[in-house]
Amino acid sequence: MKYEAVIGLEVHAQMLTDTKIFCGCSTKFGSEPNTQTCPVCIGMPGVLPVLNKKAVEFAIKTGLATNCKISSYSRFARKNYFYPDLPKGYQISQYELPICEHGFIEIVVDAEIKKIGITRIHMEEDAGKNIHASSENYSFVDLNRAGVPLMEIVSEPDIRSPKEAAEYMKKLRAILMCLGVCDGNMEQGSLRCDANVSIRPVGQKEYGTRAEVKNINSFKFVEKALEYEIKRQIKVIEEGGKVIQETRLWDSNKGITESMRGKEEAHDYRYFPEPDLVPITVEQKLIDEIKSSLPELPDAKRKRFVSEYGLPEYDADMLTEERSTSEYFEEAVKLGGDPKIVANWIITNIFRYLEGREINEVPFTPKHLVNILTVINAGSTSTTMAKSTILPEAFKTGKMPEEIIKEKGLVQISDSSEIERVVDEVIAKNPKEVERFKAGDEKLLGFFVGQVMKAMKGKANPQLLNEIVKKKLI
Amino acid sequence: MELFRLGISKAGELLSKKEISAKELLDCLYQRIESVDDKVKAFVTLSKEHAYQMADAAQTQINEGSPLTLQGIPIAIKDNMCTKGIKTTCSSKILENFIPPYESTVTSRLSNNGYILIGKTNLDEFAMGSSTENSGFFTTRNPWDIERIPGGSSGGSAAAVAADECIAALGSDTGGSIRQPAALCGVVGLKPTYGRVSRYGLVAFASSLDQIGPITKNVKDSAILLNIISGKDPFDSTSAPIAVPDFTKVLGNEIKGLKIGIPKEYFIKGMDREIDESVKAAIKKLESLGAVPVEISLPHTEYAVATYYVLATSEASSNLARYDGVKYGLRAEGKDLMEMYMNTRAQGFGSEVKRRIILGTYTLSSGYYDAYYKKAQQARTQIKADFEKAFSSVDAIVTPTSPTAAFKIGEKADDPLQMYLSDIFTISVNLAGIPAISIPCGFTSNNLPIGLQIIGKHFDEETILKAAYAYEQSTDWHKRKPQL
Repeated sequence: MKYEAVIGLEVHAQMLTDTKIFCGCSTKFGSEPNTQTCPVCIGMPGVLPVLNKKAVEFAIKTGLATNCKISSYSRFARKNYFYPDLPKGYQISQYELPICEHGFIEIVVDAEIKKIGITRIHMEEDAGKNIHASSENYSFVDLNRAGVPLMEIVSEPDIRSPKEAAEYMKKLRAILMCLGVCDGNMEQGSLRCDANVSIRPVGQKEYGTRAEVKNINSFKFVEKALEYEIKRQIKVIEEGGKVIQETRLWDSNKGITESMRGKEEAHDYRYFPEPDLVPITVEQKLIDEIKSSLPELPDAKRKRFVSEYGLPEYDADMLTEERSTSEYFEEAVKLGGDPKIVANWIITNIFRYLEGREINEVPFTPKHLVNILTVINAGSTSTTMAKSTILPEAFKTGKMPEEIIKEKGLVQISDSSEIERVVDEVIAKNPKEVERFKAGDEKLLGFFVGQVMKAMKGKANPQLLNEIVKKKLI
Repeated sequence: MELFRLGISKAGELLSKKEISAKELLDCLYQRIESVDDKVKAFVTLSKEHAYQMADAAQTQINEGSPLTLQGIPIAIKDNMCTKGIKTTCSSKILENFIPPYESTVTSRLSNNGYILIGKTNLDEFAMGSSTENSGFFTTRNPWDIERIPGGSSGGSAAAVAADECIAALGSDTGGSIRQPAALCGVVGLKPTYGRVSRYGLVAFASSLDQIGPITKNVKDSAILLNIISGKDPFDSTSAPIAVPDFTKVLGNEIKGLKIGIPKEYFIKGMDREIDESVKAAIKKLESLGAVPVEISLPHTEYAVATYYVLATSEASSNLARYDGVKYGLRAEGKDLMEMYMNTRAQGFGSEVKRRIILGTYTLSSGYYDAYYKKAQQARTQIKADFEKAFSSVDAIVTPTSPTAAFKIGEKADDPLQMYLSDIFTISVNLAGIPAISIPCGFTSNNLPIGLQIIGKHFDEETILKAAYAYEQSTDWHKRKPQL
């Protein structure tokens, strides 16, 4: 039987506010443990939360950017559970009345646009961190992160494959980063993802029983974890078993998901409205103000790149995932580069040399790119030479491609008499091959071209060389 | 002169005229405490060293000729309000050695007005109770009869004021915890409108009901303290951005034509005869001063106690989750995390607190939430609506504060339901979020004080203070003192 996966993602995004959501402590990452705390975020007796307005603004921004309805009236609720990293014994979150609802974002899968629904976006506070002393029977608690503002972005179960999930995550991250509300860093935990996964026979309408997969804490694991979980569920069913509703933990070292707790052990969080905070009322005026201040979003930019520059959807999508890439592209086009060729170069060549850096951090600037395209066009070098030698050199040194050509003597030889001379020499040296070629072994054309290129240290204009070799042999 | 007998305005006057010194007044009060607190047991902590420093500073300012309103006035604070550097226990073993590194908004406002913290007073653990018998440390005695309870939960504050162990005090009121002990100890207790006074630094019992207020020897002193502690606080989102009038200004205004509602549901068969008679006599007195009694109905009154015990315990179950042994306060040993949690909370909390945590955990549980918490919220809305309707035709509502005078220690300790009924006349006011004051209005044949409750509209403390003052000035109940 063929199965399809039904996936919904719950993404936690740390908001890039300077201070925590309910007190004035700094949100800076990586400080000494418990140095960014105060009576409020430590949960001392008698303290009260005061809502950070910036967090509300960021959540509204994100809601607008994901086509959500912004609630004019929403409120916080308490989610009650005991854990050492949760100083109050409850997390202030939103439950019945979240700040944003009913949105969607678009992803590109197999060159097709697909809408993924957003159920809700709500605000909440992050917990601290427990640090376990390996050999001791106690643990440490660091509350620097306690109270850092989070958005939980919950998708509809509209995702049908791990690939789509990865695309959704990429798009969501691009939007959050474009808005400047989250730094998108999954490794540092500023973006975290839990997935609800179920499978059903293709064609069946009802959903299967779902498992929640937690702890997917790196971009590259989104697809892997989901692939594993889907295979696991299919196996369970094909062996005559039943998928049970449970929470599973992704173990990236073992590459598997493992059961954490079943339905019976599920927490009863005893949500109720937070009496220490007044409900949040958002006026249309504020929504309008925020709307008018939004930057051009990845989707709008993608559409514009298709219509304005005639790029294929795929290229446009790749270029608009990160703001730095789209800016790089547009700068190169402004400097005179052909949009399609520029796009192609960025995606197929430049990306390979980034090695984790942002495109605006490398020495190879849009100016370099346009320069390399210009010298290719002028016939001063071949595309092959440009890709294999000039590009890596420019990436390393930051020198202009035309400079590199001059310095290394890489100028392409397009003088046909000089090429002819060398072709004659090669033909004279290889009489046997000439005979075989003439007898019909046409593959040997490449041999002659290669020999000439070798003799000319790769500088011969390849097109011209091809023509001359053919002419001389036939 | 027995300086300890003074109220705020008289003491302030003597201090600013330099007829007495701040140290003299403080000495006198600590001597008074020394001589009577063995019997009354109002205080959990005496902050002597700190108090004498404050007295010195106060004297300097008085000598410079610019004393603040409370300059040099020793005031007692219920031990559930955080005082920086001074133990704040909530009369609970779980916080027995807790020293807050921060100050509550109310006490910092008192400080800014020159007060001297004389000590922290006993309460029912985490303010849960009506007698101080639930204190994790000891039971406070009623100064009028030390065999009896002083009321609660602010029993320590009310007893300290009644026994002249301080000039005035602050209490907190979640279901009657200021008014009921004030009534039982024969002093004045005011619960302001919810949102009038910041709760920052008040250790939470039930966040949507808790409110801090004064317990004083007379109405004017309550008005003076209310002036100081009221107003929007950026650290409490639920404090109201509403202008604070000078509450002393209306004192002495006549109450001619003031319509006072008498809710029939509060005068029921089987009520203590002496209470009934005293309160009715008080209403007659108000009438003689020009007030117009109007019979009204608050039809949802009978649901108030049940509603309260669902909502208050729900919130409490969550508010008290932070006492887990991880960060501060008591930590018991355990072989793992879960056992440490359980041992800490088992040893740290008393039985009434545990009872309420269990109740509240239950009412919030999935499957029960709709039947209890949600239903109680709906009932709360109805109770609020009752008052709104009543206040469309009256200016204030007059009722007894407590159904009985002070009862014997131990009399109700084993029967939580009987104990919960002590607050039957005070609870609705918290649910509605409106202000109310309790003032002395008579004595039983056993010489135990009886309290009159005057309830006002939202943010209209002025009217109830005006009526209370008019009544007080035409009677002598507040002048009687217990024999100690």
